[in-house]
Amino acid sequence: MAPAPTRPRRETLKGRTMRFLLRRLGFYAVAAWVSLTVNFYLPRLMPGDPASAIFARFQGKLRPEEIDSLRKAYGLSDAPLLEQYFTYLKSLSRGEFGISINFFPAPVTTVIATGFMWTILLAGLATVISFFFGNVLGIIGAWRRNGILDSVAPPLLTFIGAFPYFFLAMLALYFLAFQAGWFPLRHAYSDALSVNWGSLTFIKSVVTHMILPASCIVLASIGGWMLGMRNTMVGILSEDYITMAQAKGLSQKRIMFSYAARNALLPNVTSFGMALGFVLSGSLLTEIIFAYPGLGYLLLQAVRNLDYPLMQGLFLMITFAVLGANFLVDILYVWLDPRTRR
Amino acid sequence: MQATPEKTLVSKSSEATKIARPWLARWPLLRAFVRNRKAMLGVSILFFFIMVALLAPWIAPGNPKKMESRAHLAPAWVADKPAPGGKTFLLGTTGQGQDVFRQLIWGARLSLSVGLSVGIASTIVGTIIGLTAGYLGGWVDDLLSLLTNVMLIIPGMPLLVILAAFLKPGPVTVVMVLTLTGWAWPARVMRSQVLSLRAKDFIAASVVSGERTPRILFSEVLPNMSSVFVGSMVGSTVYAIGADVGLAFLGLTDVGTTSWGTMLYWAQNNAGILTGAWWTFVPVGICIALCAFALTMLNYALDEITNPRLRAEKETTHGKRNRANVLVTPVVRK
Repeated sequence: MAPAPTRPRRETLKGRTMRFLLRRLGFYAVAAWVSLTVNFYLPRLMPGDPASAIFARFQGKLRPEEIDSLRKAYGLSDAPLLEQYFTYLKSLSRGEFGISINFFPAPVTTVIATGFMWTILLAGLATVISFFFGNVLGIIGAWRRNGILDSVAPPLLTFIGAFPYFFLAMLALYFLAFQAGWFPLRHAYSDALSVNWGSLTFIKSVVTHMILPASCIVLASIGGWMLGMRNTMVGILSEDYITMAQAKGLSQKRIMFSYAARNALLPNVTSFGMALGFVLSGSLLTEIIFAYPGLGYLLLQAVRNLDYPLMQGLFLMITFAVLGANFLVDILYVWLDPRTRR
Repeated sequence: MQATPEKTLVSKSSEATKIARPWLARWPLLRAFVRNRKAMLGVSILFFFIMVALLAPWIAPGNPKKMESRAHLAPAWVADKPAPGGKTFLLGTTGQGQDVFRQLIWGARLSLSVGLSVGIASTIVGTIIGLTAGYLGGWVDDLLSLLTNVMLIIPGMPLLVILAAFLKPGPVTVVMVLTLTGWAWPARVMRSQVLSLRAKDFIAASVVSGERTPRILFSEVLPNMSSVFVGSMVGSTVYAIGADVGLAFLGLTDVGTTSWGTMLYWAQNNAGILTGAWWTFVPVGICIALCAFALTMLNYALDEITNPRLRAEKETTHGKRNRANVLVTPVVRK
């Protein structure tokens, strides 16, 4: 809140920036701790003995001794809860997230690592594209108030945005891939190829497989960015410094981008972090439709097979990734707005 | 951002007239609402779906889960395939031989009731937390705001998945889980609204006249936030409908029940897309989208009506200027 009066009156810009980033970092640490703790308590809130419930799925695959040793590995013992909690934290800090039931005996981390890259590629790229074009559309829409773009795009994109992400994906898959046959139906690259980032055919295959799912995510999320940008821009365009810039006879392009858009971008950058989790949730479901081998597909596998360790590992990993991305956004924010304070 | 203070000024004055003419003060709002195109569009779509849900037994009598006998259908359909729409089944049948139209009508009941209950529940929880945080301030505010922000930043879908997976599947669980993950946004909105209200004179007057905190909160602060409250509720309902469909699609609700989400789940599981049975998922998705769209329109309308700045000058955030001024800034083209 208000700065403490005892603080030295003038702080260097760098000090202020550092303090801002450290405070954000502290916040992310708390968020991470909350999700860790939720993750720890949830299985223990289940009715009955959590271990048996989780390991019931193992019965066919494992001998009782092995289950016993797995129990120990999970820290699901009869020890007091607090002790279990610390064992849990300790094993997490060593990067042990448990063993997947479905992909037994692969550790959860290995399973997740296979999907991580694809999700980052798909969701990351789609989000960046959608953010970029959404903002550009918003700038243009606000600049040409009540023009064609400004009167058609907002209601249309709002309507499209009302569709669940994965439903758009279903439509696209059915009409464009299944009926028209313009795009591949499933997976991230052709089944005939193996992962080889050096080969051009492989990269081409990855791109053609990505177009459809990525466009669905872009289409569903672009409206939010556009409307946000447009509304902030409209406000800023009536500020005195814009009138001043125009009176000075600066070029329209310069006023539009360097004066108005740059300032209007800040609120959108802040909401970017928060929207990230939302877009990611949507893209996880989109992945399922296209059988895209990312985290969403793994999540479905985990749910289908009641693979609790995998589910929990996914939850933690995705949360950590979102927190990390948010921190990057904070750094970007500082870079964009040197006035960052508080 | 700057919209809030003015809004409260207006509600404050209506608060003042309330004593003499309690209802009259509200009529202009209602009139504005009826005249607003977005509001009417939203209300009519929503009303349509609510009526459909309520009248399900009369519109599409019978059990939605019933597998229709295929003996009376054309021989081509006897094979284990979903059938397209026709005279017998308006929208065709699913992969399990259920009437899509009937499922759609009955599914509206569960989907809308889950959406609306989560909308109401999470707004109430969010309001209590936001009110407390905003009004009490100090460490209570710090703590509650931290909690709110943490909830906002944790990605929703994975959290929903682990919550739903560990609990017994069913509509009640879904409502609980969605409320648990959905209260943070209303709380944040409420808190900022309370912060701006707290600085007003009439609150100070209540404090000075010795009213107790809960009374100030519920009879002074809360009535001035009714539009924000309704707005949050509408927004939360949109969230809930989408999240419920997502959860069902993953198979984390009771997939034996008939809702729009489970319809999509079965469409996906029976490979509705790859067998070309578009009627198993297209109508459902359109219904979901129409509901979400109607609610979004309603929210825009509410914003336009209750936000004096938007109402007077349509989205110009700078108070003193009107829209015409923005368009005819001297140097801009022409």
